[in-house]
Amino acid sequence: MEAFVEFFSLRDPNIRYVVLGTILLTASSAVVGTFTFLQKKSLVGDAVAHAVLPGVCLAFLLAESKNPLLLIVGAFVTGWLSLVVIDTITRNSKIKEDTAIGLVLSVFFGVGILLLTNIQHSGNAAQSGLDSFLFGKAAALLPNDVRAFGILAVLLLAVVGLLYKEFKILAFDKNYAAILGLPVRALELTLTTLTVLAVVVGIQAVGVVLMAAMLITPAAAARFWTDRLSIMLILATTFGVISGVTGSFISYTATAMPTGPWVVVIISIIAGISFFFAPRKGIFFRVRRQMNNRRMILDENILKTFFNLGENDHSFKEARSWDQLLVERHFVPRRLRNGLARLRRQGFLERQSAGWVLTQAGFEKGKRTVRLHRLWELYLTQYLRIAPDHVHEDAETIEHVITPELEQKLQEKLGFPEVDPHQSEIPYR
Amino acid sequence: MEAFWIILTGTLVATSCGLLGNYLILRRMAMMGDAISHAVLPGIVLAFFLTGTRDTIAMLIGAGLLGVLTTFIIDFLHKRGKLQADASIGVTFTSLFAIGIILISAFAGQVDLDQDCVLYGEIAYVPIDLWISNGGTILGPRAIWISGGVLILVLLLISLGYKELYLTTFDPSYAGVVGISVGLWQALLMGAVSMTTVASFESVGAILVVAFLIAPPATAYLLTTRFRTMLWLTVGIAFLTSTGGYVLAVAIDGSIAGAMATIAGILFAIAFVFGPEGGLMSRRKKQATLEESTVSAA
Repeated sequence: MEAFVEFFSLRDPNIRYVVLGTILLTASSAVVGTFTFLQKKSLVGDAVAHAVLPGVCLAFLLAESKNPLLLIVGAFVTGWLSLVVIDTITRNSKIKEDTAIGLVLSVFFGVGILLLTNIQHSGNAAQSGLDSFLFGKAAALLPNDVRAFGILAVLLLAVVGLLYKEFKILAFDKNYAAILGLPVRALELTLTTLTVLAVVVGIQAVGVVLMAAMLITPAAAARFWTDRLSIMLILATTFGVISGVTGSFISYTATAMPTGPWVVVIISIIAGISFFFAPRKGIFFRVRRQMNNRRMILDENILKTFFNLGENDHSFKEARSWDQLLVERHFVPRRLRNGLARLRRQGFLERQSAGWVLTQAGFEKGKRTVRLHRLWELYLTQYLRIAPDHVHEDAETIEHVITPELEQKLQEKLGFPEVDPHQSEIPYR
Repeated sequence: MEAFWIILTGTLVATSCGLLGNYLILRRMAMMGDAISHAVLPGIVLAFFLTGTRDTIAMLIGAGLLGVLTTFIIDFLHKRGKLQADASIGVTFTSLFAIGIILISAFAGQVDLDQDCVLYGEIAYVPIDLWISNGGTILGPRAIWISGGVLILVLLLISLGYKELYLTTFDPSYAGVVGISVGLWQALLMGAVSMTTVASFESVGAILVVAFLIAPPATAYLLTTRFRTMLWLTVGIAFLTSTGGYVLAVAIDGSIAGAMATIAGILFAIAFVFGPEGGLMSRRKKQATLEESTVSAA
């Protein structure tokens, strides 16, 4: 608790730098990541993150010091180069994009490791801490770092703000953007450059391997809550910042704990919650909606079967046995049993000694389903010229979907017909 | 002798990875290989922690389970969660890798693994880490036995399941029609990839395994259009990569695994520029002849 107050009161200037730094780092990658996510190029960020390493090492080898600005320039150059290489390979050979990404990612990283170990073995004292690029060091950011990355992050956010509308069109419909006369190639290049910038900046917080998470995961989580780009950007940024600050707090209290992995675990937890429980798009809600739909279809099919049996022997008031139902239509026995119980609870069926019988409400509902089925069959044969023996399957599906308004229109269009293509009577009210 | 053991280990690892990689890149699952190689980390650490030893069998099981779990999670997020494929991969492997690193930090001192080793391994220690039998006979470096054993398993899978893997790779719907379970062979392939990754982990680390998985088959892919030839070429490229990498590493005093990945990249670049199948040069030439013939025709 003490540590909590100490950390979040931001009294200690060091902590202030760390918190400010992480907010800038995570926010910029979340914003850029949203656009790469929408372009389905998430894994490109992963490649850039790995490709940054040789650039950092080369910059160090040339300058023989850890000047943050030079390291950033080095990182930027190889990060950018990696994207050019991926693009060249996929454009000029039969190699697919995923292979090109994996290839560039691992080879650039291999070169980086080769250079890094070479530097470490050279005995140059200034090199210590260079490997913090591998795993990040958000909890140990210095004022100098924060200033350098702060400027980059602000620049990045400003560019996104200025080109917001253009990026939005580009992300959703590239062809439309071209038709509008937007400079698509230049915009894509800008976005690529921003991705590299975000990686170069963010890598300080979480390191090479986990950088991909800072680009992908906040956007993926935000996508489950909204369809609007502006809200998605705000949510992604918020998720990123929350995980960044919490991660730094954890490694502040438990010093043995690395910051980067904790940041990633927290953003992953946020994402996991979003995947499952976000309203409408979450897995939980999707499955429930599916189950409800399946139940509704089953119920309507059961009532329809009662109605069909009633039509066969001209008596809708007779009780139907279990076997009779199964002979008339194929049901999975377990589902049929549940469905019958449910319909009885809802007042569509009554239980009698000989079986189940339709109530008035059940009769109406079964009749409506049959009516919709036959109306649709007739519509298909009359207006789409489909042979009568080909329309049943389609009607089996559509009968559960047609709304009362559509039903009205169908009836009017067909002129309240009396029989369907199979000469069965269409039951009206 | 030392050089021999290192090059041999490198070749064994690169061959197992490369052979499996052929299937991965043709199935457009190259990034799945990347994801699995990262995601097995928590499995390895937990196996270390639970058994308390560097017992290879436990590690292989732990990682194999994690590898299959990874494929399952990615598939689940993509199909059930309707999350786009690239993001499903990215979210899954980063979170599992992060958990792995946290576990290493939490068990620091109890587990003989460090973060750098995870990233790029230490193939230089291969000749020192000998396998000594109970009778006291020295049986050679342990890594040779492990990577050799894995290579045999990979070869068994590929030779026994050649037809099945071939069909499910090139024409999954036809494979389904003739009664070959696409899902089963996918799972077997992914299990093999996870196992190979783990066995290679100690010597080359998580990320360089990816270089071995993707670079040699991608190079071979540029050199031929025949699948069998592609497999054989991969083996040759694996040997070149391993030998060249060792020489380079000694020359500039750096990580051997890093140097091997560098060589793998250089070999790819050569094939890309000069290769007969869609190399830059051959494409230019084709274009030139085409232009010439159009001009002469006109």
